[in-house]
Amino acid sequence: MKEKAVLEMKNIHKSFPGVRALQGVDFTLCEGEIHALMGENGAGKSTLIKVLTGVYGKDEGEIFLKGKDKAVAIHSPQDAQRLGISTVYQEITLCPNLSVAENMFIGRTSGVCQNWRKMNTNADKILQSLDIPAKATQQLASCSIAVQQMIAIARAVDMDCKVLILDEPTSSLDEQEVEKLFRLMRDLRARGVGIIFVTHFLDQVYEVCDKITVLRDGKLVGEYEIKDLPRVKLVSKMLGKELNDMSDIKGESKPYDKNDRSEPVFEANGLVSNAGIKPFNFYIKKGEVNGFTGLLGSGRSECVRAIFGADRVLGGTVKMDGKEVKIGKPLDAMKNGIAYLPEDRKVDGIVGDLSVRENIILALQVLKGFLKPFTKAEANKFAEDYIKLLGIKTASADTPIKSLSGGNQQKAILARWLLTDPKYLILDEPTRGIDIGTKIDIQKLVLKLASEGMSVTFISSETDEMLRTCSRLVVMRDRKVVGELSGEELSQSMIMSTIAGGDK
Amino acid sequence: MKKKLLAAIMAAAMVVSLTACGSAPAQEAAAPAEEAAPAEEEAAPAEEAAPAEEEAPAAEEAAPAESTGETIKVGIINNDPNESGYRTANDKDLQAMFTAENGYEASFAYSNKNDEQIAAAQKFIQDGVDYLLLSAADTAGWDSVLKDAQDAGIRVILFDRTIDADESLYEASIVSDMAKEGETAVTWLKGQGLEEYNIIHLQGVMGSAAQQGRTGALDAAVASDGWNLVTQQTAEWNAEKAQQIVQSVIDSGASFNVIYAENDDMAKGAVAALDKANIPHGVGKDVIVMGFDCNKWALEELLAQNWNYDGQCNPFQASYIDEIIKTIQSGGTVAEKTIIMDEKGFDATEITQEDVDKYGI
Amino acid sequence: MKSKETNKSNVSEFFSKIVRRQVFIPIAALLLLAIFNLVTDPSFYKITFGYNSAGNPVLSGNLMTILDSGSELAILAIGMTLVTAATGGQDISVGAAIAISGSVILRVLCGTDSRPETLQAPIIVAFLVACVVAMLFGAFNGVLVAYFKIQPMVATLILFTAGRSIAAWINNNELPIINEPSFGYFGGFIPGIPIPTPFFIAVICMVIIALVLRFTNLGLYTQAVGINESSSRLNGLNPAFIKFLTFVILGLCVAVAGLIKVSRFSTINYSVIAKDIEMDAILAVALGGNALSGGKFSMSASILGAYVIQFLMTTLYKFNVKSDALPAYKAVVVIVLVVLSAPIVREWLSSMWKKIKPEGQGKEVA
Repeated sequence: MKEKAVLEMKNIHKSFPGVRALQGVDFTLCEGEIHALMGENGAGKSTLIKVLTGVYGKDEGEIFLKGKDKAVAIHSPQDAQRLGISTVYQEITLCPNLSVAENMFIGRTSGVCQNWRKMNTNADKILQSLDIPAKATQQLASCSIAVQQMIAIARAVDMDCKVLILDEPTSSLDEQEVEKLFRLMRDLRARGVGIIFVTHFLDQVYEVCDKITVLRDGKLVGEYEIKDLPRVKLVSKMLGKELNDMSDIKGESKPYDKNDRSEPVFEANGLVSNAGIKPFNFYIKKGEVNGFTGLLGSGRSECVRAIFGADRVLGGTVKMDGKEVKIGKPLDAMKNGIAYLPEDRKVDGIVGDLSVRENIILALQVLKGFLKPFTKAEANKFAEDYIKLLGIKTASADTPIKSLSGGNQQKAILARWLLTDPKYLILDEPTRGIDIGTKIDIQKLVLKLASEGMSVTFISSETDEMLRTCSRLVVMRDRKVVGELSGEELSQSMIMSTIAGGDK
Repeated sequence: MKKKLLAAIMAAAMVVSLTACGSAPAQEAAAPAEEAAPAEEEAAPAEEAAPAEEEAPAAEEAAPAESTGETIKVGIINNDPNESGYRTANDKDLQAMFTAENGYEASFAYSNKNDEQIAAAQKFIQDGVDYLLLSAADTAGWDSVLKDAQDAGIRVILFDRTIDADESLYEASIVSDMAKEGETAVTWLKGQGLEEYNIIHLQGVMGSAAQQGRTGALDAAVASDGWNLVTQQTAEWNAEKAQQIVQSVIDSGASFNVIYAENDDMAKGAVAALDKANIPHGVGKDVIVMGFDCNKWALEELLAQNWNYDGQCNPFQASYIDEIIKTIQSGGTVAEKTIIMDEKGFDATEITQEDVDKYGI
Repeated sequence: MKSKETNKSNVSEFFSKIVRRQVFIPIAALLLLAIFNLVTDPSFYKITFGYNSAGNPVLSGNLMTILDSGSELAILAIGMTLVTAATGGQDISVGAAIAISGSVILRVLCGTDSRPETLQAPIIVAFLVACVVAMLFGAFNGVLVAYFKIQPMVATLILFTAGRSIAAWINNNELPIINEPSFGYFGGFIPGIPIPTPFFIAVICMVIIALVLRFTNLGLYTQAVGINESSSRLNGLNPAFIKFLTFVILGLCVAVAGLIKVSRFSTINYSVIAKDIEMDAILAVALGGNALSGGKFSMSASILGAYVIQFLMTTLYKFNVKSDALPAYKAVVVIVLVVLSAPIVREWLSSMWKKIKPEGQGKEVA
């Protein structure tokens, strides 16, 4: 074992039926280092993490920890915790209805009795030392997601962990929150904790990490010092091919034509739903890609949900191709040729236990009707076509969708809606939490669809993605539409100033 | 349109079930009892105690005016008459006895739950009844409320079921002796003088008083007389299970000549299995069929000589109670605290249509 | 050697696939019971042909008893599976609902007289009325669950408590007896056909549900709603209506089971008829390896599960287990079956097989 190394994984193998998820992967983590684990979806990151934390058993290979002279056996998450390996997942795994202190100490108090006061003081001490803005007695649900994330980390740290795994911790945080989290990570690094950081955000990797290990297709590509690996190289290592430039998609987007007097495909006037947004006007023309932008919670998702009838519509009128229609529930929207890829893939998108095939055909099947199921052959053809078309990585069309990686789940949901051949496609955060390769695929696809005449509304927290794909942006602040940008106005700085409430 | 229709249908369904809900647990109705049937109908709509309570005094005032003035007020607490055919017969018997014509003013309360029964008893005490007639759902928990009754000068008579309370708290307890029922049946069976006894024994729900009494008698005879139990199984009072058990014995090829079923339903199930296998049963046939409880339809089977024996479990306690009340009213004392009712056993060769009409429940 | 190698992996692959298939559990349980009976007493399987007291041909034997008596349970398992899949809860009022629908059938057939000389209405009319009533009560449960969002167990507790009283009330608490022999055909034998009618009725129900699952989207919709309600809604489904629908379908199953039950003895006992059948129906769903928390289901596995329960009961009767011990035996077998059907255990079994099998296979080849 190397000096300073807290963790060494050697020659790890793991197979699932039909998939060899890890093939001889080595991984080393040193004391006081933040180590990025990078790779596309399906590269084996999650599997490696799950082997390390005992969620999966490994087929082959050894794991060494500092202070233990033999290879350790990790059969369960409890084993991992006992050995000082803690994990904070993307989804908060704490109990929202308990207090902060209870969440920090749950499951590891000794004895039946509990000294509540002592527990609360201890919790406050830890929170203070880590500079986390929360009180011990506060209910967890009342904290922001970022703070909840930090509390999960605090819990891990307090359990005397030597290895801290952060699995996509930043995907639901805004910039300031990310900054706070990074401060906490640096603080922990200074204390000698080894941190494994799994993320899709390249910027963040370069901001906070010391080393990068890249996986691809279940194999180790290499371990690099951050300074030796510029961005473009990293991306090409992850994709396994030289990437010309990500900006090559720019230019395909059709510039917005202010003088186009044609009838909009979709038009809403004074639309308002029970989700707390102010009435808004909106339209989209044939072949146009536009977007809603604004900070998290500014109401951009609520707007598109109102358009699709996902929330209860309280007022306003809606026109499709100039004709007034009533959209009271999702089925109405679907019948009018609107498709909606929801923001939260797990809660609103996938039907986890159903197969990829069933997930793909679901929306079209509902449109077709209760009494007219597709034959197995038809369903299979649809599924196979789209699996090929979008490059969905799955063992078969029969695989439950929940066992796919995030990006491939997203592609399957996208396939579901493309299959309905919509006139107007709404994509709410389609690129969140998925790898860079798929992100680019999706952006390219959006532009291709638009060029074929489909209207697309695209929402993303990453402004540069929006700038690359959209020809017009609706800007929101505090649940209100505050501006609209197109043509020359489309720039990072202009968006920022509009969001911030500049001189418009 | 569709929604409206649906709503209407649902509303109707809910009303049906609600009224039925109301009739199931403790329903109380002051019945100035003219006849059993109307009284019962009145009981159904009256859902809760509250409105009934208000109406009660008015009804009480009206009642004595019609009769001689010598009315005796009784409060009767019974189990839900829907519980079984036995209970239905029991309730009808009481309703028929405690009428205005017979000089009674009766109020009824029904529940299968002990706490609801106790609440009903407290209400009757407040109403100042003369007698409290009680068939308790549970044996425990009655001491304090019966003491209240005693303090208020109310006399308590238990029927059908006993309780765990001091004997001084009640005047009398009128019960069936299940063991005796079993003994009567077994004695009858002995009297048949078969060369050998190969018995299929179908038991009731294990641990119930009826099962214990009726099983005990047979077990004793099996031990003393060397009878052979081909099978001894619980069919849980259920005809269908009884049928399956007997079917299983027939399929196994074991020979048997007696079916001792601890209630009529199970005897019926057994007979269904015999019929299916074309095994003759009844008077003078291969297999003797015995049942209990004297359901009317069962006695008819006896009359048709398809079955051989049916043991009575007497639900008609009203006349016994009436007698006790009359004794007390005339200043006499009740000789025995525990009164065991006469219970007959009917033989198919002797039963008459009169018996069927009189004893069938 | 190479071909043997692939053959070997194919076999183990095939086996582990079967083990992971849902329908494997009830089949394994059936086989287990079947083998146990075969070893201890092969005469268990004897089927005899004879004539009943009415002179009609009948087949009898333990297997016929299983097919006969398991019918109602199999029919209920169909509806219970759908309710479980869509709502993630169970209907505990089916026993009481059977009492109601049975009581309705008798009431319609008898009119006002509890011992009619002739039927007051055709049997089919009585059955259709019972279907409507049972579906209404199903709808009542469905509305509570789907639209008022009450836990299924709690919602159906209402009918569970009140149902048998309602059933008694429908017939003024009398015990109607039907003398017309043709009424007994549904729960017995049709003259000339030696196989019990309930089995045919169950088969008809199975064929109908198979056709419904094949030619409608009932299966896909109920599963989608059971797995992810929110996502289903965004795909244009109406989750509340689908939940409601499953309860109505269960109501229909109840009416059919009720017809068989009252036909068996041409009468009814309100407090005993179909007693505890709800628990057996839920158990059948569980034995079929279906998650009681809803979602994916296998209809055939549930139906097989129902017959496993009946097989077990018949076996216990056959072996003349002592009355007091009967529930304990049943409990032990059920626990074993349910544990075996847990996904974790199956996963473990299939991995164990993978580990053991290559060597075992090698030896066989050698």
